[in-house]
Amino acid sequence: MRVVIAEDLALLREGITQLLTLNDFEVVAAVDDGPSLLTALLEHRPDVAVVDVRLPPTFTDEGLHAVTRARRELPDLPVLVLSQHVEHLYARELLTDHRGGIGYLLKDRVFEVSEFVDAVRRVAAGGTAMDTSVISQLLQRNSTKDSMRSLTTREREVLALMAEGRSNAAVARELCITEKSVSKHTNNIFGKLGLAQSGDDNRRVLAVLAHLNF
Amino acid sequence: MPVSSARWPPWPRADLLTWLRDGLVAARRGLAVALLSQLGAVPLLVLSVVSLGLLPLGVGFITLPIALFAVRGLADLHRRFLGSWCGVAIPSPYRPREGDEFELLDVPSSVRYCRLLLTDRSTWRDLLWLLVDVPVGLLLGLLPCWLMIYGIHGVVATPLFWPLMDPGYGYGLIWPVDSTTAALLSFFQGTGILLLGFWSAERLLRAHSRITRRLLSPTAEAYLSRRVAELTETRSAAVDAQAAELRRIERDLHDGAQARLVAIGLKLGLASQMFRKDPDTAYRLLADARAASAQALAELRDLVRGIHPPVLAERGLDGAVRALALDLPIPVQVDIDLPGRPEPPVESAGYFAVAEVLANVAKHSAAGSAWIRLGYADGRLRLVVGDDGGGGAKVREGGGLDGLRRRLAPFDGTLDLHSPVGGPTTVTMELPCVL
Repeated sequence: MRVVIAEDLALLREGITQLLTLNDFEVVAAVDDGPSLLTALLEHRPDVAVVDVRLPPTFTDEGLHAVTRARRELPDLPVLVLSQHVEHLYARELLTDHRGGIGYLLKDRVFEVSEFVDAVRRVAAGGTAMDTSVISQLLQRNSTKDSMRSLTTREREVLALMAEGRSNAAVARELCITEKSVSKHTNNIFGKLGLAQSGDDNRRVLAVLAHLNF
Repeated sequence: MPVSSARWPPWPRADLLTWLRDGLVAARRGLAVALLSQLGAVPLLVLSVVSLGLLPLGVGFITLPIALFAVRGLADLHRRFLGSWCGVAIPSPYRPREGDEFELLDVPSSVRYCRLLLTDRSTWRDLLWLLVDVPVGLLLGLLPCWLMIYGIHGVVATPLFWPLMDPGYGYGLIWPVDSTTAALLSFFQGTGILLLGFWSAERLLRAHSRITRRLLSPTAEAYLSRRVAELTETRSAAVDAQAAELRRIERDLHDGAQARLVAIGLKLGLASQMFRKDPDTAYRLLADARAASAQALAELRDLVRGIHPPVLAERGLDGAVRALALDLPIPVQVDIDLPGRPEPPVESAGYFAVAEVLANVAKHSAAGSAWIRLGYADGRLRLVVGDDGGGGAKVREGGGLDGLRRRLAPFDGTLDLHSPVGGPTTVTMELPCVL
């Protein structure tokens, strides 16, 4: 799988390159600023890009801008955005086009190598990877809603993992339950929230996020 | 053919009514100020002068501070009323009282205060104002009312009742009124005088406020010394706050991230020692080190957010305030209209001010929704935060809003709270800056 990496700190850039190479990715370009990221994305058309939000030359949200512009040219370009801090505002902007293939994670998440690699693959496949902290804040905001109150604790756990973009199998692994009971829980959740079930994981995530007024 | 009424300009009835109402309001205010002057000024002027005369006898030391403080109260009342009615703010010129409070009937304190008051130039300007205001205020205040009453007299009483009046009765320019023609002329005169009363009311009130402003505004010297006192105070507050902030950051780093990095290094060292002998323990130590590094990162993230939030650096006030609004558990309507980005210190002060008010909203107001409005006009950045909660908020000494006001003061920023019991609450903050 071909990947482009954008990260201005050399140490981290090399670390992520190494991590992905060890996990059978082919790093076709590792760049360190916004303009060269845009060029690399348009030139290599990678299967997935891993991008830091803040990049030179302005050290503002240069990475987000490059991603937005690249996705205007290549609408299905999957991008995993990494940041030292996550903002609900940015998460919302990244998801506005409802096209999927978007991830937004704290940089700390690379510590859990297999989960991180899993997230990169999921995004590459057109799925979603939202950071736990964004989702937990979102659930907190919605906790007073009647529909949310009607969920059991376990159902809420399943919902949180689902909103992060994980598949039933991944949810089952995380909560140490069978995949069958996960799909039972998701059925209940969709019933209680009044959402239409969908076989498509990504559409399922977007429906849940929309319900939570993302 | 029907006459098109549209060709004739409609009688500006609404305008006339407004004009008449404004005249009446101005006349009433002029009267109120005049009465205030007479009731307050005359006794206070007498008391002040007598006290000054009695200084050599000692009694004056007791009565003079009382008289002069009362004069200041009266003068401040005039500053406030005339300032707000005529839209010209008249600042108070008095030197801030230094430290100790005045104690009635305590001789040393009275003597000290007499010296303080008598060396303050604004005291003498106050007395001059009293002297001028007694006749001038009376004249300017009573004239519109007198014109209106005399006008009504000419319009109503003279034409109807002139035959019943004493012989030699006259009105306006006509003496005596002894025929229907003369009475009719009085009617027109009266109308003119009445209108003159309405026309003059606001003008005379303005004239009065101009005279008051001339006499009661601080002199350039008083203004500057006040400003210096203000700047000294806010500067020391700013320096203190900065030092406290640095101490907090140092402590947070020392107890948080630094300590965790030491622990991580320790665990990694142990792990490499155990690596061959006891791989299981080494693995566990590595996992611990990883967890500790995540913790350290989380702490650093919080710390950075408190120093200068990344989203503020990346998106400016606009994006950062929107991000704040999204973090609140209730819906917040955000309305931002800024022509540019303020200087970084102002931007940061504005951001933290909005953040603190929003935190208050979330914590105390029990509001169902809130709104934020950011705008820029007349060289001032205006930040307004409102909520539909229970209201009744107050700026308490040492409280959150008081602290916020202090932190805005070094920027010459202001904070106004409007929070009636039952809500809604609005906090309006203004920071002078160039955009």
